[in-house]
Amino acid sequence: MANGKELDILFKARKINKSFGDFKANIDIDISIKKGEIHALLGENGAGKSTLVKIFYGVLKHDSGTIEINNQLINISSPQSARKNGVGMVFQHFSLFPALTVAENILIALDQKIGFQRLISDIRKLSKEWDLFIDPLRLISDLSVGERQRVEIIRCLMQNPKLLIMDEPTSVLTPQEIENLFKILKRLSKSGCSILYISHKLEEIIELANQVTILKSGRCVSTLNAKTTSTKELAETMVGKKITKLKKNNIKNNKTVAFEVKNLNKIKDNDFGITLKNINLKINYGEILGIAGIAGNGQNELMDVLSGEVICNNDNEILLENVPIGQKNITLRRKLGIEPIPEERTLHATVPNLALNQNTFLTYYYKYKNRNNFFSNFFISPQHSSEESSKIIKDNDVRCPEPNPLANQLSGGNLQKFILGRSMANNPKVAIFSQPTWGVDIGAATSIRQKLLNLSQKGKAVILISQDLEEIFELSDKVCVINNGVLSNILPVNEMSASDVGLLMGANINNNKKSEVS
Amino acid sequence: MFTFIPRDKISKNWVILGPLVSIFFTIFFGLLIFTFLGYDPLETLYQVFMSPFSRIDRISDIFVKACPLIIIGCGLMLCFRANIWNIGAEGQFIIGALLAGSFALMFPDVENKILLLFMFLVGFIGGAIWAFIPAILKTRLNVNEILVSLMLVYVAMLFIDFIVRGPLRDPMSFGFPLSKPYPEGALINKIPFPGIGYLGQLHYGILLIVLLIPLSWIFINKTLGGFKITVLGSAPKAAKFAGFKENSITMTVLLLSGGLAGIAGVVEVSANMGQLQPEVSFGYGFTAIIVAFLGRLNPIGILFAGITIATVKLGADNAQMTMGIPKVVTGLFEGILLFFLLTGETLQKYQIKWKRFK
Repeated sequence: MANGKELDILFKARKINKSFGDFKANIDIDISIKKGEIHALLGENGAGKSTLVKIFYGVLKHDSGTIEINNQLINISSPQSARKNGVGMVFQHFSLFPALTVAENILIALDQKIGFQRLISDIRKLSKEWDLFIDPLRLISDLSVGERQRVEIIRCLMQNPKLLIMDEPTSVLTPQEIENLFKILKRLSKSGCSILYISHKLEEIIELANQVTILKSGRCVSTLNAKTTSTKELAETMVGKKITKLKKNNIKNNKTVAFEVKNLNKIKDNDFGITLKNINLKINYGEILGIAGIAGNGQNELMDVLSGEVICNNDNEILLENVPIGQKNITLRRKLGIEPIPEERTLHATVPNLALNQNTFLTYYYKYKNRNNFFSNFFISPQHSSEESSKIIKDNDVRCPEPNPLANQLSGGNLQKFILGRSMANNPKVAIFSQPTWGVDIGAATSIRQKLLNLSQKGKAVILISQDLEEIFELSDKVCVINNGVLSNILPVNEMSASDVGLLMGANINNNKKSEVS
Repeated sequence: MFTFIPRDKISKNWVILGPLVSIFFTIFFGLLIFTFLGYDPLETLYQVFMSPFSRIDRISDIFVKACPLIIIGCGLMLCFRANIWNIGAEGQFIIGALLAGSFALMFPDVENKILLLFMFLVGFIGGAIWAFIPAILKTRLNVNEILVSLMLVYVAMLFIDFIVRGPLRDPMSFGFPLSKPYPEGALINKIPFPGIGYLGQLHYGILLIVLLIPLSWIFINKTLGGFKITVLGSAPKAAKFAGFKENSITMTVLLLSGGLAGIAGVVEVSANMGQLQPEVSFGYGFTAIIVAFLGRLNPIGILFAGITIATVKLGADNAQMTMGIPKVVTGLFEGILLFFLLTGETLQKYQIKWKRFK
């Protein structure tokens, strides 16, 4: 009796598990996709979406679990075998050779042998059939991003896929291109091809998908009917309704403004960067300001400008206690009491192949300089900070295999403790954290979060840039969201709900602008 | 696809055993090649490895040959530690020698050795100017320093050729492309040993090594500048985080390494030639790259690497003279030696695994 229902299931994955070392990326994930269905996969960064589809396309191998296509158990061991089984994938970052033509790029990925002239006529036919206009003889490097995506889609269509996986396809497209893409995807699904569509943009999913499966911390939380759900429901499910408010007691009502950013603009310095647009923020002593947002929306650029690694265009764009410091470099800002703790623990906050005393010296060296003595300034070396280094190790319970180990001998959590301790020993006025608990185990994460709370209770101003919404809500007094280089208004945490934040994170800035105009 | 996976722990035993195994393989393949080419394998090995040690004056020649290699190598060490790829030390060597030589020839009658001190200064500036070109292009326009520094080698070669055949040619040289001989004050003398006399070509220039090795060790390990270089080379983002200025570090290491190559040029000409000629370097600038890496970018390592390479080079010359083995064959042997030494070092740090796909 269940057979009737089972028959139109094209693709079914059961109890998929995948770990990287200790980290569990996918836990017991079930998903089934009907024929001709557009099935959306929704989740925050790090929820396990990309890992899952890479398993489906044979790029990664799952630890356990089964995959069925048309009720037949299959083994997807490589992208070739995925294609043979009718699974095609368009990656978020395209895998095309810029120096080759469209046809050559398609030929490379083709598993069957085919003559070049035949291939070109096939491409022309397909592109006409699907309104994917592209000249097969053009060089990839001459194409726009949207056109390159068409090439990827055509490449998949050449294989007559039964299931097309698209990894965040709209993140690189203009609104017009998105509209076009949606038309094509809808036609594809009508013709019987199923589509697994990964996105964190809520409106898109509602518009496009039939079903939506939501992942959270590697688990499948829920599968909803996209036609009957709302963006609000999606946001809540994605973020997790229950947000434990481990509130700290006795908040000091210190209303002295510690740190302020005024109309800060910074144009991106490379093609992959994000331009910061008119950033405004203000934080008092004793407060934690949480900045939420999905990775790649300008967090790194904001961190660089706040820390002083990148200097502002105008001195007045950043103020510390009402004194302009926008054009002061990172060392001068450290001296004034601003301590940045970057996201990347190795290679940014520390040098992995140097010992801890050398890594202490990295941000302490200016202390040993003597204004008047050039000669002794020349001869300052990591040995000077050995004492401070051992004190940091002792005070922060950094577990070391030897008294002065290399940074890469420490575990992620212990290294983070060292980095925090190194900054806190300077007794800063303002601490700026970027993803402080990214990739550390729960125990270390809790102790790091506690340290952040303690800092604010000691009257420090703390800025917390994080993708982890639970963390943001657990710690922050005020919350805002960064999306495509724009910072939302700052609101007290009790006036913001998780779904508000989720909506701001997933909002398509371009669409908003359109609706504002109309 | 083969992938290199870093080893968790570097075995202490293999740090010592590794080079020995490498040398064993070198000798084995060397014997094989010499046998196939029809040379007496044992005799060849003796010539290449042992003959440079067979007489005391020959041993001193090793140091003479190693001297410019070590001086240049110490400069290149700074560059490579900062991940700046100065491949043009050969050109910086030539320009250093040329500028200092032209300077010396302006004072044809000076006998005071103070002239030499000034020549070192001028030679340093000359090499530094030649390195300044890739440095400024890299820091201002992000031009690749490998290409610029390498191409400038050929410019330098043609330039000295033109100068020696044209403006600086000695009218008394019977048409040979040679400058006038240096004045007495510009020459680096051989070291006299009481009772023995001179030991081969051993000259006072090697005192520079005695000075330079400890100085560069102190610079690397005991100064802020040395630390900055190490951090920039290991983790450029961490250098930014610390507030070190990448451009000024790049500029400093390139100027220092260029300058040291220039000084090496001065030593080589003043000690061994006594006048400018179209060819002042015999690939020292390129060989020093090998010396720097073989010495693991460490001053003491560079001292030993310089001596090793100089030994093999002299041995190759001996083999050519006594047995008529063409230089290309011994060059092949040098290649094998380097190949195995570097392979051994890599395998100490990494293990090789076969992976089907990623």
